[in-house]
Amino acid sequence: MTMNRRDFVKATGAIAAIGALGAPGIALGQGKKVVVVGGGTGGATAAKYIKMADESIDVTIIEPNEDYYTCYLSNEVLSGERTLDQIKQGYDGLKARGIKVVHEAATGIDADNKVVKTDGGEYPYERCVVSPGISLLYDKIEGYSEEVAQKMPHAWKAGEQTKILRSQLTAMDDGGVVVIVAPPNPFRCPPGPYERASQIAMYLKEAKPKSKVLILDSKQAFSKQGLFTQGWERLYGFGTEDSLIEWQPGPDATVVGVDPDNLSVETDFGDEVKGAVVNVIPPQSAGKIALDSGLADDSGWCPVNKKTFESTQVAGVHVIGDAAIATKMPKSAYAANSQAKVTAAAIVALLNDEEPGVPAYVNTCYSIIGKDYGISVAAVYRLSEDGAEIAGVEGAGGLTPSDAEDFALAREVEYAYSWYDNIVHDIFG
Amino acid sequence: MAKATMTTALVGGALALGLSAAAPADDDLATGKMLVDTCAGCHGTNGNSVGTASPTIAAMDPLVFVDMMIAFADDETYSTIMGRIARGYTEEEYELMGEYLHGIAYQPAQQDFDQSLVDKGAKLHDRYCEKCHVEGGKPVPEEEDYYILAGQWTPYLKYAMTDFAEERRELPKKMARKLDSMLEAEGEESLAALYAFYAAYTDFESSDDEDEDE
Ligand SMILES: Cc1cc2nc3c(=O)[nH]c(=O)nc-3n(C[C@H](O)[C@H](O)[C@H](O)COP(=O)(O)OP(=O)(O)OC[C@H]3O[C@@H](n4cnc5c(N)ncnc54)[C@H](O)[C@@H]3O)c2cc1C
Ligand code: HEC
Ligand code: HEC
Repeated sequence: MTMNRRDFVKATGAIAAIGALGAPGIALGQGKKVVVVGGGTGGATAAKYIKMADESIDVTIIEPNEDYYTCYLSNEVLSGERTLDQIKQGYDGLKARGIKVVHEAATGIDADNKVVKTDGGEYPYERCVVSPGISLLYDKIEGYSEEVAQKMPHAWKAGEQTKILRSQLTAMDDGGVVVIVAPPNPFRCPPGPYERASQIAMYLKEAKPKSKVLILDSKQAFSKQGLFTQGWERLYGFGTEDSLIEWQPGPDATVVGVDPDNLSVETDFGDEVKGAVVNVIPPQSAGKIALDSGLADDSGWCPVNKKTFESTQVAGVHVIGDAAIATKMPKSAYAANSQAKVTAAAIVALLNDEEPGVPAYVNTCYSIIGKDYGISVAAVYRLSEDGAEIAGVEGAGGLTPSDAEDFALAREVEYAYSWYDNIVHDIFG
Repeated sequence: MAKATMTTALVGGALALGLSAAAPADDDLATGKMLVDTCAGCHGTNGNSVGTASPTIAAMDPLVFVDMMIAFADDETYSTIMGRIARGYTEEEYELMGEYLHGIAYQPAQQDFDQSLVDKGAKLHDRYCEKCHVEGGKPVPEEEDYYILAGQWTPYLKYAMTDFAEERRELPKKMARKLDSMLEAEGEESLAALYAFYAAYTDFESSDDEDEDE
């Protein structure tokens, strides 16, 4: 869809109108170009906030998929609380703002010549933003692969995979064991596997009460553990004989291999565990394009300048979201959205020959453990004096208190849904 | 630099012209816009919420805003999460945020309401609430000391009223008096009428009757 300025102003209202008024003087100028690789949480936010701050910047998103399924609230699709359609987002809102969206995969970034390559063409940039999310490291688990994931889904990228796991859960007989293989740190969405266990338990409690969820973890502790186990005790009998959820910690429970024919997994301890449904969330690294473009270090993740998110390895390329090493910030949608805004402001400043300003960052993750039972973690961050760390402000942030009353836990569910509506609108609207 | 700053200022602090364009950047402080952008995930882009429970914070009175943030940080106003967030900033930063939010155009929440109750709600508001929540509870950015109710999400207003009733949040004494006399005279249903009126975000003119207990 193409748009002239008049349509653009009509479509986006007052704020855009003022942007447009300010634009003519600049629009004749340098032809400032930004190419964004990956139109997910981080990439789409960065594109939008660059365009909102300076309409004269030419912004192009390279993203293979026409629909984006949010991982956030995808655990509710597994329990049947929400449909897949309700977590589907698209690019019309961004296009209406004058952002170009090319539905292709980037195949390379030539930082010397400042072009992003796809099979269909080349996209020159002055500044590039890379937010490709994660790669799933199938080969860290023997027998696991992208093909096997059709049968033993990871559902750690939402969409088709979410659908497969949901249909396996609905098809399962009552009495079955749902195995969740939880990944080692660092990984996308630290509370995610445990929220998933909760959502599946909620479904089983209603529909298949003789069944249970077994989490085989490679870690010995996990995010919001105290609050999760408290919720599981209250709702799912955690710790009793007929608990709907069982958690086995690493290193013994670390899954080292899978057998798709048998629907079983092998642990480090040597046990073979069979499931009726097996959800294997493998170890992770930065998205492949980041690895291929020399943006990642030996850890498999991308070191960046914490003030601008410019890669410390490749000049002119900014890496945000799950792929970036953002020190204390976890790999979450809130963090990716927050980093994208810091990056957008820095890029707008740099393209206008200014110094990037002081950054500000926030993270929040809500987890819905059951009906009317939500919990959260929040943090406010500042850049440390030496610029080396994005550090949590002491005395701020933290968890839902463990003595929170029922009304508060119920409100947190409503606030989680509002968070979802606001953040997807902030990213794609 | 002038041009880009102008664009940023216009797009951002915007509508309150002259707000930030002239202010020299402080080296240690993030701008109001940068700070408020971090709230958008929960409160909506520029503080206009599209989620039905999270309050809209755009166009707030800056002093009211700063007071609220302090009260959250000190746990004087009950919150599920805002206390944890508010403790992450200094008062100077609250002021920058308040100033920025003040300049944002308010977008009243688009929500369902009971049309048949709106007129009744308008009368109740005029009688019991207008004195402090002026102009029908709408934002009046050109004036001082206003408390927005109109166009706020109804579920949020209900939470706030529950918190006052349960004494989780301190009810201003004079508001308590007005509220009590309304509930006594008009019953609990009067609240439903007020919510409908605030959700309707309709034209409103105060009858300016002197009220009796001041
Ligand atoms: C089950 C689950 C629940 C979650 N719940 C929450 C939650 O409640 N709250 C929260 O804050 N976070 C949550 N998250 C985490 C959140 O989804 C991620 O942290 C977030 O999406 C990261 O954003 P990103 O931009 O880094 O990656 P993504 O959003 O994954 O976007 C990456 C994009 O890049 C594209 N891409 C990849 N390679 C290329 C290429 N070569 N060329 C072009 N495009 C490419 C992809 O198609 C994708 O669209 C959850 C995650 C999971 C798995
Ligand atoms: C994690 C989500 C979240 C984030 C992030 C967040 N808020 Fe809030 N905010 C809430 C919720 C929820 C409430 C209602 C009170 C409560 O239960 O915490 C609220 C209430 C408020 C209120 C009171 C509004 C009124 O009219 O009563 C203000 C003001 C506010 N927030 C400002 C901010 C600012 C400024 C920021 C960013 C610095 C921010 N919030 C970040 C969730 C959030
Ligand atoms: C005497 C002045 C006064 C009157 C009259 C008054 N209020 Fe208030 N109201 C206030 C003040 C001051 C606050 C802010 C309190 C705070 O920050 O905690 C407030 C806050 C509120 C809030 C919370 C808003 C928010 O965004 O958090 C609601 C809801 C509210 N009032 C409703 C009413 C209703 C309904 C009436 C009429 C029945 C009313 N008030 C009458 C002074 C008044």
